[in-house]
Amino acid sequence: MSKKGFSLTSLSHKYIMAAAGAFLMLFLVSHLATNLLLLAGDGGAQFDRAVEFLLTNPAIKIMEYVLFAGFIIHIIIGVILELHNRRSRPVGYKVALKSETTAFSRFMIHSGIIIFIFLLIHLYHFFFVKLGFVPLYGGAETAHDFYPMVAYTFQNPVYSIIYIISFVFLGFHLKHAFQSAFQSFGLNHDKYMPAIKIVGTIYAVVIAVGFSIIPLYFLFFYN
Amino acid sequence: MEFKLKIWRQKNASVKGKFENYTLKDVSAEMSFLQMLDYLNQQIIESGGEPVHFEHDCREGICGSCGLYINGRPHGPITHTTTCELHMREFKDHTTIVIEPWRSKAFPVIKDLVVDRSAFEKVIQAGGFVNANTGSTQEANNIPINKKISDRAFDAAVCIGCGACVAACKNSSAMLFVSAKVSQYALMPQGKVEAKERVENMVAKMDEVGFGFCSNTYACEYDCPKGISVEFIAQMNREFFSAKVCKSKK
Repeated sequence: MSKKGFSLTSLSHKYIMAAAGAFLMLFLVSHLATNLLLLAGDGGAQFDRAVEFLLTNPAIKIMEYVLFAGFIIHIIIGVILELHNRRSRPVGYKVALKSETTAFSRFMIHSGIIIFIFLLIHLYHFFFVKLGFVPLYGGAETAHDFYPMVAYTFQNPVYSIIYIISFVFLGFHLKHAFQSAFQSFGLNHDKYMPAIKIVGTIYAVVIAVGFSIIPLYFLFFYN
Repeated sequence: MEFKLKIWRQKNASVKGKFENYTLKDVSAEMSFLQMLDYLNQQIIESGGEPVHFEHDCREGICGSCGLYINGRPHGPITHTTTCELHMREFKDHTTIVIEPWRSKAFPVIKDLVVDRSAFEKVIQAGGFVNANTGSTQEANNIPINKKISDRAFDAAVCIGCGACVAACKNSSAMLFVSAKVSQYALMPQGKVEAKERVENMVAKMDEVGFGFCSNTYACEYDCPKGISVEFIAQMNREFFSAKVCKSKK
C-alpha cells in the first residue's frame, strides 16, 4: 500500500486540510501587517510603498499562485469532508447530540461558507480591479492604486458591517482551526496543548480585531 | 419512579422504524438502566407484545455490548459510564427518556436498539493484533518497558469497542477507536515490529467500511465511557504519517 504514496485516505485529507489551513493562517498575518499600514494617517504613503513592494517582488508573484492553490485546496477538501460526513450518518438522531464540544468546532463548514462568500466580494472589490475585470472606482488613478479604493469601500457602512461580521466568523473559524491543525499533524502533547489552545485563541482574536478596526477607522476617523 | 419512554422500534434492517411510547411505573431508583428495560420487557411480554431488543452481556462495564443513545448522549447523561452501569437514580422522576440506537452508516440497525458493529471487527482483523510466534511464556522482565509507556499503552487498551465514539461524533468517525487500537500496540516493543503496516491497514479498512472523517470536535473523548484521550488520535496521525513518508520502498 505504501507504494501508492499518499492515496487520499481519511488521514491524508486531514493532513492536506491542516497544511493548507496553516499556510492560510500565515498568509493572514502578513496580510494584516500590510493592511494595518492603512491606519498610519499619512494618506496611504506607507501602504502604497508596501503594495509597490508586493507587486514588484517576483517571489510574491509566485506566492500569489501558491496562495490561490492553498485557498482552492482548503475549500475543496472542506466540501469533500462535509459531504462524506453527511453520508456517514444517513439517519440522524431525534435528540440532538449533547456532547460537550465547542460551537467553533461544530460549525466550521458554516463559518467557512461565510468566509468564502466574503472572499468572493473581496476579490471583486480588489483583485478583479487589479486584473482589469472591474473598472476603477473611488478616485483610483491606476489598477494598483488601492488606497482610494479601500477608503471609498470602507466608507460604505453596509460593506464595512459585512466586512466586520465576516471577520468575526473568521475569528470563530480560526479559534478551532489553530489547535486543530496541530492535532491533525499529530502534535498533541499534554504539556504543550493547553499553551497551543491559548495561543490559538489570541491569534484568532488578533486577526478578527486587527482586520475589523480598519473599516471602523475609515467609517469614523477618515476625512 | 415513573417514566415516559420513547424507544426506537424497528423490525429488521430492511424496514423503516419508528418511535413507540411506553409509560413505566414503579421503577426503583436502584435499578440499572438495563434492568429498567428488562422490567419494561417483562410487562410487554406479559401483555403479548414483542419485547424491546437491546444488546448486553457482562453488565459490569467491560464487554462493550450495551450501547444505547439516551437523551442525546451515548451511554446516557453520566460521563465515563456505560449504559449497564447507569442507574435510574440519575434521571428525574416523571420525565421522558428517549432511547435510540447508535446512528452511523457503518453501524446499520439490526433490530430495535441493536446495531451491527462488525465494522469494528473488520478494522481489528485488518491489523489489530501482534503477529508473533510467541512460543512458550517468556520471563516477564526479559524486555524492560518504561512504566510511563506501559501505563500509556494500557490507557489505550482500556477501549471496550462499544462504538460510543462513533455515535457521539457528528461525522460518525471511528478515529478514537482505531487510534486506541493502533496506539496500544505501537507503544509496546512487541507491537512496534508491525506498526507501520498495522496503521496503514487499519486506517484503510476504517475508511472502506464507511466511517466518517474526523474534524477534531473531540465529542468522542467526552462521551467515551473509558475516557480515552484524543491524544491517541494525534499519535495515530503521527504513526500513519511516519508509515507513509518513512517506509522504505523495498
